[in-house]
Amino acid sequence: MKKLKTPLNENLLTKLKAGEKIKLSGKIFTARDAAHERILSRNSLSFSLENQVIYHCGPLVSKKNKDWEIISAGPTTSTRLSKFISPLLEKYKVSAMIGKAGLDKTTFTSLKEHKCVYFSYTGGAGALASKHIEKVKDVYWLDLGEPEAVWELKIKDFPLIVGIDTFGNSIY
Amino acid sequence: MNDQHSRIVETVVELMKEAQRNLPVWVKKRLEQAKESEEGIAKQEINNMLENVVYSSNRNKPLCQDTGVPIFYIEIGRDFSLKTSIREAIRDGVKKATEEVPLRPSVVHPLSRKNSGDNTGKFVPIINTEIKEGKDLKIKLLPKGAGSENVSHQRMFLPGEKEKIPNWVKKKVKEAGPKPCPPLFLGIGIGGSFDYSSVLSKKALIDFNEKKSPDIRELEEEITKKVNELDIGPMGVGGNTTALGSSIKLASCHTASLPVALNIQCWAFRYSEETIKD
Repeated sequence: MKKLKTPLNENLLTKLKAGEKIKLSGKIFTARDAAHERILSRNSLSFSLENQVIYHCGPLVSKKNKDWEIISAGPTTSTRLSKFISPLLEKYKVSAMIGKAGLDKTTFTSLKEHKCVYFSYTGGAGALASKHIEKVKDVYWLDLGEPEAVWELKIKDFPLIVGIDTFGNSIY
Repeated sequence: MNDQHSRIVETVVELMKEAQRNLPVWVKKRLEQAKESEEGIAKQEINNMLENVVYSSNRNKPLCQDTGVPIFYIEIGRDFSLKTSIREAIRDGVKKATEEVPLRPSVVHPLSRKNSGDNTGKFVPIINTEIKEGKDLKIKLLPKGAGSENVSHQRMFLPGEKEKIPNWVKKKVKEAGPKPCPPLFLGIGIGGSFDYSSVLSKKALIDFNEKKSPDIRELEEEITKKVNELDIGPMGVGGNTTALGSSIKLASCHTASLPVALNIQCWAFRYSEETIKD
Protein backbone atom coordinates (compact mmCIF):
# COMPACT_ATOMS: atom_id res chain seq x y z
CA MET A 1 0.00 0.00 0.00
CA LYS A 2 1.37 3.43 -1.01
CA LYS A 3 2.05 5.84 1.82
CA LEU A 4 1.52 9.46 0.81
CA LYS A 5 2.42 12.65 2.62
CA THR A 6 1.15 16.19 2.11
CA PRO A 7 1.95 18.36 0.19
CA LEU A 8 1.20 15.80 -2.51
CA ASN A 9 3.42 15.48 -5.52
CA GLU A 10 1.59 15.89 -8.85
CA ASN A 11 3.57 13.14 -10.57
CA LEU A 12 2.62 10.75 -7.83
CA LEU A 13 -1.03 11.76 -7.98
CA THR A 14 -1.30 11.11 -11.71
CA LYS A 15 -0.01 7.57 -11.16
CA LEU A 16 -2.84 6.64 -8.78
CA LYS A 17 -5.60 4.40 -10.13
CA ALA A 18 -9.23 4.24 -9.00
CA GLY A 19 -9.69 1.40 -6.51
CA GLU A 20 -6.12 1.58 -5.21
CA LYS A 21 -5.64 1.71 -1.43
CA ILE A 22 -3.33 4.34 0.08
CA LYS A 23 -2.44 5.79 3.47
CA LEU A 24 -2.29 9.55 3.82
CA SER A 25 -0.36 11.59 6.39
CA GLY A 26 0.11 15.33 6.86
CA LYS A 27 -2.22 18.31 6.85
CA ILE A 28 -5.84 18.49 5.65
CA PHE A 29 -8.61 21.11 5.78
CA THR A 30 -12.26 20.23 6.33
CA ALA A 31 -14.89 22.07 4.27
CA ARG A 32 -18.52 21.48 3.47
CA ASP A 33 -21.38 23.56 1.99
CA ALA A 34 -21.07 26.86 3.87
CA ALA A 35 -17.24 26.84 3.82
CA HIS A 36 -17.17 26.22 0.06
CA GLU A 37 -19.54 29.15 -0.48
CA ARG A 38 -17.33 31.40 1.59
CA ILE A 39 -14.08 30.18 0.00
CA LEU A 40 -15.51 31.06 -3.41
CA SER A 41 -16.94 34.42 -2.35
CA ARG A 42 -13.74 35.81 -0.83
CA ASN A 43 -10.75 37.29 -2.62
CA SER A 44 -8.26 36.15 -0.02
CA LEU A 45 -8.25 33.52 2.70
CA SER A 46 -6.51 33.36 6.07
CA PHE A 47 -5.30 29.87 5.17
CA SER A 48 -3.77 28.65 1.94
CA LEU A 49 -5.39 25.95 -0.16
CA GLU A 50 -2.55 25.78 -2.70
CA ASN A 51 -1.43 22.14 -3.05
CA GLN A 52 -3.58 21.23 -0.08
CA VAL A 53 -6.11 18.49 0.64
CA ILE A 54 -9.78 19.22 1.40
CA TYR A 55 -11.76 16.82 3.55
CA HIS A 56 -15.54 16.86 3.08
CA CYS A 57 -16.32 16.53 6.74
CA GLY A 58 -18.15 18.23 9.60
CA PRO A 59 -16.33 16.79 12.59
CA LEU A 60 -17.68 16.11 16.04
CA VAL A 61 -15.29 18.02 18.33
CA SER A 62 -14.95 18.71 22.00
CA LYS A 63 -13.03 21.49 23.73
CA LYS A 64 -10.86 20.39 26.65
CA ASN A 65 -9.34 23.40 28.42
CA LYS A 66 -8.10 25.38 25.43
CA ASP A 67 -7.56 22.50 23.04
CA TRP A 68 -9.95 21.03 20.55
CA GLU A 69 -10.22 17.27 20.45
CA ILE A 70 -11.65 15.30 17.53
CA ILE A 71 -14.21 12.77 18.79
CA SER A 72 -15.64 11.43 15.53
CA ALA A 73 -14.87 12.65 12.02
CA GLY A 74 -15.98 10.60 9.03
CA PRO A 75 -16.78 12.05 5.61
CA THR A 76 -19.98 13.83 4.60
CA THR A 77 -21.71 13.24 1.23
CA SER A 78 -19.36 14.80 -1.36
CA THR A 79 -21.98 14.66 -4.12
CA ARG A 80 -23.77 17.54 -2.41
CA LEU A 81 -20.69 19.71 -3.02
CA SER A 82 -20.34 18.88 -6.73
CA LYS A 83 -21.41 22.34 -7.93
CA PHE A 84 -18.51 23.96 -6.06
CA ILE A 85 -15.76 21.73 -7.44
CA SER A 86 -15.02 23.32 -10.84
CA PRO A 87 -15.04 26.93 -9.56
CA LEU A 88 -12.91 25.87 -6.58
CA LEU A 89 -10.28 24.18 -8.75
CA GLU A 90 -10.23 27.20 -11.11
CA LYS A 91 -9.44 29.40 -8.12
CA TYR A 92 -7.08 27.22 -6.03
CA LYS A 93 -4.73 24.39 -6.96
CA VAL A 94 -6.20 21.83 -4.56
CA SER A 95 -4.30 18.51 -4.87
CA ALA A 96 -6.87 16.12 -3.50
CA MET A 97 -10.22 15.76 -1.80
CA ILE A 98 -11.46 13.20 0.67
CA GLY A 99 -15.13 12.29 1.01
CA LYS A 100 -17.78 9.68 0.52
CA ALA A 101 -20.30 8.83 -2.22
CA GLY A 102 -18.15 10.40 -4.97
CA LEU A 103 -18.82 13.50 -7.05
CA ASP A 104 -21.17 14.14 -9.99
CA LYS A 105 -19.69 13.10 -13.36
CA THR A 106 -19.83 16.78 -14.40
CA THR A 107 -16.80 17.41 -12.14
CA PHE A 108 -14.58 14.74 -13.73
CA THR A 109 -13.23 16.99 -16.53
CA SER A 110 -12.24 19.58 -13.98
CA LEU A 111 -10.57 16.97 -11.72
CA LYS A 112 -8.65 15.70 -14.76
CA GLU A 113 -7.61 19.14 -15.93
CA HIS A 114 -6.34 20.19 -12.50
CA LYS A 115 -4.84 16.76 -11.66
CA CYS A 116 -6.92 16.53 -8.51
CA VAL A 117 -7.57 13.10 -6.98
CA TYR A 118 -10.71 12.17 -5.05
CA PHE A 119 -10.14 9.77 -2.16
CA SER A 120 -12.95 7.92 -0.46
CA TYR A 121 -13.43 6.81 3.13
CA THR A 122 -16.26 4.69 4.55
CA GLY A 123 -19.26 6.85 5.46
CA GLY A 124 -20.49 6.44 9.03
CA ALA A 125 -17.09 5.22 10.24
CA GLY A 126 -16.38 8.48 12.06
CA ALA A 127 -15.04 7.00 15.29
CA LEU A 128 -12.55 4.85 13.38
CA ALA A 129 -11.47 7.87 11.29
CA SER A 130 -10.65 9.81 14.46
CA LYS A 131 -8.00 7.18 15.24
CA HIS A 132 -5.96 8.61 12.37
CA ILE A 133 -6.42 12.28 13.27
CA GLU A 134 -3.55 13.31 15.54
CA LYS A 135 -4.60 16.83 16.34
CA VAL A 136 -6.48 19.99 15.48
CA LYS A 137 -3.89 22.49 14.26
CA ASP A 138 -6.29 25.38 13.80
CA VAL A 139 -9.90 26.29 13.14
CA TYR A 140 -11.31 29.02 10.89
CA TRP A 141 -14.83 30.46 10.52
CA LEU A 142 -16.37 29.08 13.69
CA ASP A 143 -19.17 31.61 13.13
CA LEU A 144 -20.52 29.09 10.59
CA GLY A 145 -21.08 26.60 13.42
CA GLU A 146 -18.81 23.68 14.36
CA PRO A 147 -19.86 21.34 11.51
CA GLU A 148 -19.45 23.99 8.79
CA ALA A 149 -16.22 25.58 10.05
CA VAL A 150 -12.84 24.86 8.42
CA TRP A 151 -10.74 22.58 10.64
CA GLU A 152 -7.04 22.24 9.91
CA LEU A 153 -6.12 18.72 10.97
CA LYS A 154 -2.93 16.70 11.27
CA ILE A 155 -3.52 13.12 10.14
CA LYS A 156 -1.42 9.97 10.26
CA ASP A 157 -1.79 6.93 7.99
CA PHE A 158 -5.41 7.69 7.14
CA PRO A 159 -6.49 4.63 5.08
CA LEU A 160 -8.22 5.72 1.87
CA ILE A 161 -9.30 4.34 -1.48
CA VAL A 162 -8.70 6.25 -4.71
CA GLY A 163 -12.33 7.01 -5.59
CA ILE A 164 -11.81 9.06 -8.76
CA ASP A 165 -8.39 9.18 -10.42
CA THR A 166 -6.93 11.88 -12.69
CA PHE A 167 -7.99 9.88 -15.77
CA GLY A 168 -11.67 10.17 -14.83
CA ASN A 169 -12.00 6.55 -13.66
CA SER A 170 -14.29 6.05 -10.69
CA ILE A 171 -15.10 3.27 -8.24
CA TYR A 172 -18.75 4.34 -8.17
CA MET B 1 -36.85 20.86 38.56
CA ASN B 2 -38.77 17.95 40.16
CA ASP B 3 -37.70 14.29 40.38
CA GLN B 4 -39.66 13.20 37.35
CA HIS B 5 -38.14 15.98 35.23
CA SER B 6 -34.61 14.90 36.28
CA ARG B 7 -35.43 11.26 35.61
CA ILE B 8 -36.54 12.06 32.06
CA VAL B 9 -33.47 14.26 31.48
CA GLU B 10 -31.12 11.49 32.68
CA THR B 11 -32.98 8.86 30.64
CA VAL B 12 -32.58 10.96 27.47
CA VAL B 13 -28.83 11.36 28.13
CA GLU B 14 -28.45 7.59 28.63
CA LEU B 15 -30.56 6.83 25.53
CA MET B 16 -28.38 9.15 23.49
CA LYS B 17 -25.18 7.51 24.77
CA GLU B 18 -26.53 4.08 23.96
CA ALA B 19 -27.82 4.95 20.47
CA GLN B 20 -24.72 6.86 19.39
CA ARG B 21 -22.11 4.42 20.73
CA ASN B 22 -23.63 0.96 20.39
CA LEU B 23 -25.19 -0.21 17.16
CA PRO B 24 -28.12 -2.57 17.88
CA VAL B 25 -26.99 -6.22 17.86
CA TRP B 26 -29.46 -7.22 15.13
CA VAL B 27 -28.12 -4.47 12.83
CA LYS B 28 -24.55 -5.65 13.40
CA LYS B 29 -25.63 -9.23 12.63
CA ARG B 30 -27.14 -8.18 9.29
CA LEU B 31 -23.90 -6.40 8.37
CA GLU B 32 -21.88 -9.48 9.31
CA GLN B 33 -24.11 -11.65 7.11
CA ALA B 34 -23.83 -9.16 4.22
CA LYS B 35 -20.04 -9.21 4.47
CA GLU B 36 -20.06 -12.89 3.51
CA SER B 37 -21.79 -12.16 0.21
CA GLU B 38 -19.36 -9.42 -0.83
CA GLU B 39 -15.79 -9.32 -2.10
CA GLY B 40 -13.08 -6.76 -2.93
CA ILE B 41 -13.72 -3.12 -2.03
CA ALA B 42 -17.36 -3.85 -1.10
CA LYS B 43 -16.19 -6.35 1.52
CA GLN B 44 -13.55 -3.90 2.72
CA GLU B 45 -16.26 -1.23 3.21
CA ILE B 46 -18.34 -3.55 5.42
CA ASN B 47 -15.18 -4.51 7.29
CA ASN B 48 -14.55 -0.83 8.05
CA MET B 49 -18.14 -0.42 9.23
CA LEU B 50 -17.84 -3.39 11.58
CA GLU B 51 -14.43 -2.31 12.83
CA ASN B 52 -15.90 1.13 13.50
CA VAL B 53 -18.78 -0.37 15.47
CA VAL B 54 -16.38 -2.17 17.80
CA TYR B 55 -14.07 0.84 18.09
CA SER B 56 -16.84 3.32 18.94
CA SER B 57 -18.32 0.99 21.52
CA ASN B 58 -14.96 0.31 23.20
CA ARG B 59 -13.97 3.98 23.26
CA ASN B 60 -17.43 5.32 24.13
CA LYS B 61 -17.44 7.54 21.05
CA PRO B 62 -20.35 8.30 18.70
CA LEU B 63 -19.85 5.92 15.78
CA CYS B 64 -20.65 8.62 13.23
CA GLN B 65 -19.81 12.33 13.50
CA ASP B 66 -23.29 13.11 12.17
CA THR B 67 -25.10 12.48 15.43
CA GLY B 68 -28.25 13.60 13.65
CA VAL B 69 -31.43 15.39 14.50
CA PRO B 70 -32.96 13.96 17.69
CA ILE B 71 -36.28 12.29 16.90
CA PHE B 72 -38.34 10.85 19.74
CA TYR B 73 -41.41 8.66 19.83
CA ILE B 74 -43.01 8.61 23.25
CA GLU B 75 -45.80 6.42 24.47
CA ILE B 76 -47.58 7.80 27.49
CA GLY B 77 -49.62 5.33 29.51
CA ARG B 78 -53.03 6.82 30.25
CA ASP B 79 -52.47 6.21 33.95
CA PHE B 80 -48.96 7.67 34.03
CA SER B 81 -49.10 10.77 36.20
CA LEU B 82 -47.31 13.62 34.52
CA LYS B 83 -45.56 15.97 36.92
CA THR B 84 -43.54 17.93 34.40
CA SER B 85 -43.57 19.04 30.77
CA ILE B 86 -42.28 16.02 28.88
CA ARG B 87 -41.34 18.30 25.98
CA GLU B 88 -39.19 20.52 28.21
CA ALA B 89 -37.63 17.53 29.96
CA ILE B 90 -36.63 15.91 26.66
CA ARG B 91 -35.29 19.23 25.42
CA ASP B 92 -33.18 19.60 28.58
CA GLY B 93 -32.00 16.01 28.09
CA VAL B 94 -30.86 16.74 24.53
CA LYS B 95 -28.95 19.83 25.67
CA LYS B 96 -27.24 17.85 28.41
CA ALA B 97 -26.47 14.97 26.02
CA THR B 98 -24.89 17.41 23.55
CA GLU B 99 -22.31 18.24 26.24
CA GLU B 100 -21.93 14.82 27.82
CA VAL B 101 -21.98 12.27 24.99
CA PRO B 102 -20.90 14.58 23.21
CA LEU B 103 -23.06 15.22 20.16
CA ARG B 104 -22.22 17.38 17.18
CA PRO B 105 -24.42 20.46 17.17
CA SER B 106 -26.24 19.84 13.90
CA VAL B 107 -29.48 21.80 14.32
CA VAL B 108 -29.80 25.14 12.53
CA HIS B 109 -32.49 27.70 11.67
CA PRO B 110 -33.86 26.51 8.29
CA LEU B 111 -33.36 29.86 6.53
CA SER B 112 -30.64 31.81 8.34
CA ARG B 113 -28.73 28.51 8.86
CA LYS B 114 -27.62 29.73 12.29
CA ASN B 115 -26.57 26.81 14.48
CA SER B 116 -28.25 26.73 17.92
CA GLY B 117 -25.18 24.98 19.34
CA ASP B 118 -27.13 22.50 21.48
CA ASN B 119 -29.20 20.42 19.03
CA THR B 120 -32.45 22.10 20.01
CA GLY B 121 -34.52 24.63 18.10
CA LYS B 122 -38.05 25.36 16.98
CA PHE B 123 -39.94 22.03 17.27
CA VAL B 124 -36.60 20.26 17.76
CA PRO B 125 -36.14 17.72 19.32
CA ILE B 126 -38.93 16.33 17.20
CA ILE B 127 -41.33 14.52 19.51
CA ASN B 128 -44.13 12.23 18.35
CA THR B 129 -46.59 11.36 21.09
CA GLU B 130 -49.00 8.50 21.48
CA ILE B 131 -51.35 7.81 24.38
CA LYS B 132 -51.52 4.10 25.26
CA GLU B 133 -53.06 1.89 27.90
CA GLY B 134 -51.02 1.31 31.07
CA LYS B 135 -49.07 3.47 33.47
CA ASP B 136 -45.57 3.65 32.02
CA LEU B 137 -43.79 6.21 29.91
CA LYS B 138 -41.85 4.71 27.02
CA ILE B 139 -39.24 6.80 25.22
CA LYS B 140 -37.88 5.69 21.83
CA LEU B 141 -35.01 7.55 20.18
CA LEU B 142 -33.91 7.54 16.55
CA PRO B 143 -31.13 10.08 15.88
CA LYS B 144 -31.31 10.64 12.11
CA GLY B 145 -28.40 11.82 9.97
CA ALA B 146 -28.85 13.98 6.88
CA GLY B 147 -27.22 11.75 4.26
CA SER B 148 -30.08 9.27 4.28
CA GLU B 149 -32.86 11.71 5.22
CA ASN B 150 -31.97 13.93 2.22
CA VAL B 151 -32.87 11.17 -0.25
CA SER B 152 -36.20 10.14 1.31
CA HIS B 153 -39.39 10.62 -0.72
CA GLN B 154 -43.18 10.78 -0.69
CA ARG B 155 -45.57 10.19 -3.58
CA MET B 156 -49.34 10.30 -3.93
CA PHE B 157 -50.17 7.24 -6.06
CA LEU B 158 -53.55 6.72 -7.69
CA PRO B 159 -55.89 4.24 -5.96
CA GLY B 160 -55.20 1.30 -8.27
CA GLU B 161 -51.42 1.69 -8.48
CA LYS B 162 -50.22 -0.58 -5.65
CA GLU B 163 -48.23 -2.71 -8.11
CA LYS B 164 -46.09 0.32 -8.88
CA ILE B 165 -44.80 0.68 -5.30
CA PRO B 166 -41.83 -1.77 -5.43
CA ASN B 167 -40.43 -0.28 -8.64
CA TRP B 168 -40.91 3.26 -7.34
CA VAL B 169 -38.87 2.37 -4.24
CA LYS B 170 -36.23 0.78 -6.47
CA LYS B 171 -36.07 3.92 -8.65
CA LYS B 172 -35.69 6.20 -5.63
CA VAL B 173 -32.90 4.04 -4.16
CA LYS B 174 -31.18 4.05 -7.57
CA GLU B 175 -31.35 7.84 -7.75
CA ALA B 176 -29.90 8.06 -4.24
CA GLY B 177 -26.93 5.88 -5.27
CA PRO B 178 -24.05 6.00 -2.77
CA LYS B 179 -25.30 9.17 -1.04
CA PRO B 180 -27.23 7.63 1.91
CA CYS B 181 -24.36 5.31 3.03
CA PRO B 182 -25.64 1.91 1.83
CA PRO B 183 -26.36 -0.87 2.70
CA LEU B 184 -29.69 0.63 3.70
CA PHE B 185 -32.76 -0.06 5.76
CA LEU B 186 -35.97 0.99 4.02
CA GLY B 187 -38.91 2.32 6.01
CA ILE B 188 -42.08 2.45 3.95
CA GLY B 189 -45.37 4.06 4.98
CA ILE B 190 -48.41 3.14 2.91
CA GLY B 191 -51.76 4.90 3.33
CA GLY B 192 -52.96 7.52 5.77
CA SER B 193 -52.58 10.98 4.27
CA PHE B 194 -49.82 13.00 2.59
CA ASP B 195 -48.16 13.78 5.93
CA TYR B 196 -49.11 10.63 7.84
CA SER B 197 -47.53 8.31 5.25
CA SER B 198 -44.20 9.99 6.06
CA VAL B 199 -44.75 9.58 9.80
CA LEU B 200 -45.49 5.91 9.16
CA SER B 201 -42.34 5.45 7.07
CA LYS B 202 -40.22 6.51 10.03
CA LYS B 203 -42.29 4.44 12.46
CA ALA B 204 -41.63 1.51 10.13
CA LEU B 205 -37.91 2.04 10.84
CA ILE B 206 -38.45 2.32 14.59
CA ASP B 207 -40.53 -0.86 14.72
CA PHE B 208 -38.34 -2.62 12.13
CA ASN B 209 -38.57 -6.10 13.64
CA GLU B 210 -42.25 -5.99 14.51
CA LYS B 211 -44.24 -9.06 13.48
CA LYS B 212 -46.00 -8.51 10.14
CA SER B 213 -48.78 -10.30 8.32
CA PRO B 214 -47.61 -12.76 5.62
CA ASP B 215 -48.73 -10.55 2.70
CA ILE B 216 -46.82 -7.53 4.07
CA ARG B 217 -43.79 -9.71 4.80
CA GLU B 218 -43.91 -10.84 1.19
CA LEU B 219 -44.11 -7.27 -0.11
CA GLU B 220 -41.16 -6.25 2.10
CA GLU B 221 -39.10 -9.15 0.77
CA GLU B 222 -40.02 -8.32 -2.84
CA ILE B 223 -38.88 -4.70 -2.35
CA THR B 224 -35.59 -5.73 -0.70
CA LYS B 225 -34.91 -8.22 -3.49
CA LYS B 226 -35.62 -5.68 -6.23
CA VAL B 227 -33.40 -3.05 -4.58
CA ASN B 228 -30.57 -5.55 -4.28
CA GLU B 229 -30.64 -6.03 -8.06
CA LEU B 230 -29.33 -2.45 -8.40
CA ASP B 231 -25.67 -3.32 -7.80
CA ILE B 232 -25.12 -0.10 -5.82
CA GLY B 233 -23.53 -2.13 -3.02
CA PRO B 234 -21.84 -1.07 0.23
CA MET B 235 -20.96 2.67 0.03
CA GLY B 236 -21.89 2.58 -3.66
CA VAL B 237 -18.87 0.63 -4.89
CA GLY B 238 -21.03 -2.14 -6.41
CA GLY B 239 -22.07 -5.39 -4.80
CA ASN B 240 -24.93 -7.63 -3.76
CA THR B 241 -26.06 -5.69 -0.70
CA THR B 242 -27.77 -2.37 -1.33
CA ALA B 243 -30.53 -2.94 1.24
CA LEU B 244 -30.33 -4.95 4.46
CA GLY B 245 -34.10 -5.07 4.73
CA SER B 246 -37.43 -3.28 4.37
CA SER B 247 -40.19 -2.54 6.84
CA ILE B 248 -43.72 -1.48 5.91
CA LYS B 249 -46.39 0.17 8.04
CA LEU B 250 -49.97 0.63 6.86
CA ALA B 251 -52.79 3.04 7.59
CA SER B 252 -56.19 3.18 5.97
CA CYS B 253 -56.67 6.00 3.49
CA HIS B 254 -59.20 7.88 1.35
CA THR B 255 -60.82 5.80 -1.38
CA ALA B 256 -59.43 8.20 -3.98
CA SER B 257 -55.79 8.10 -2.89
CA LEU B 258 -52.77 5.92 -2.09
CA PRO B 259 -50.09 7.92 -0.27
CA VAL B 260 -46.66 6.23 -0.04
CA ALA B 261 -43.51 7.43 1.70
CA LEU B 262 -40.01 6.02 1.69
CA ASN B 263 -37.72 6.87 4.60
CA ILE B 264 -34.19 5.75 3.89
CA GLN B 265 -31.92 4.77 6.79
CA CYS B 266 -28.12 4.46 6.47
CA TRP B 267 -26.28 1.32 7.63
CA ALA B 268 -25.54 3.07 10.93
CA PHE B 269 -29.08 2.47 12.22
CA ARG B 270 -28.85 4.08 15.65
CA TYR B 271 -31.71 3.40 18.00
CA SER B 272 -32.48 3.07 21.69
CA GLU B 273 -35.53 2.90 23.96
CA GLU B 274 -36.33 2.97 27.66
CA THR B 275 -39.40 2.65 29.85
CA ILE B 276 -39.94 4.89 32.86
CA LYS B 277 -42.24 3.41 35.49
CA ASP B 278 -44.70 5.68 37.17
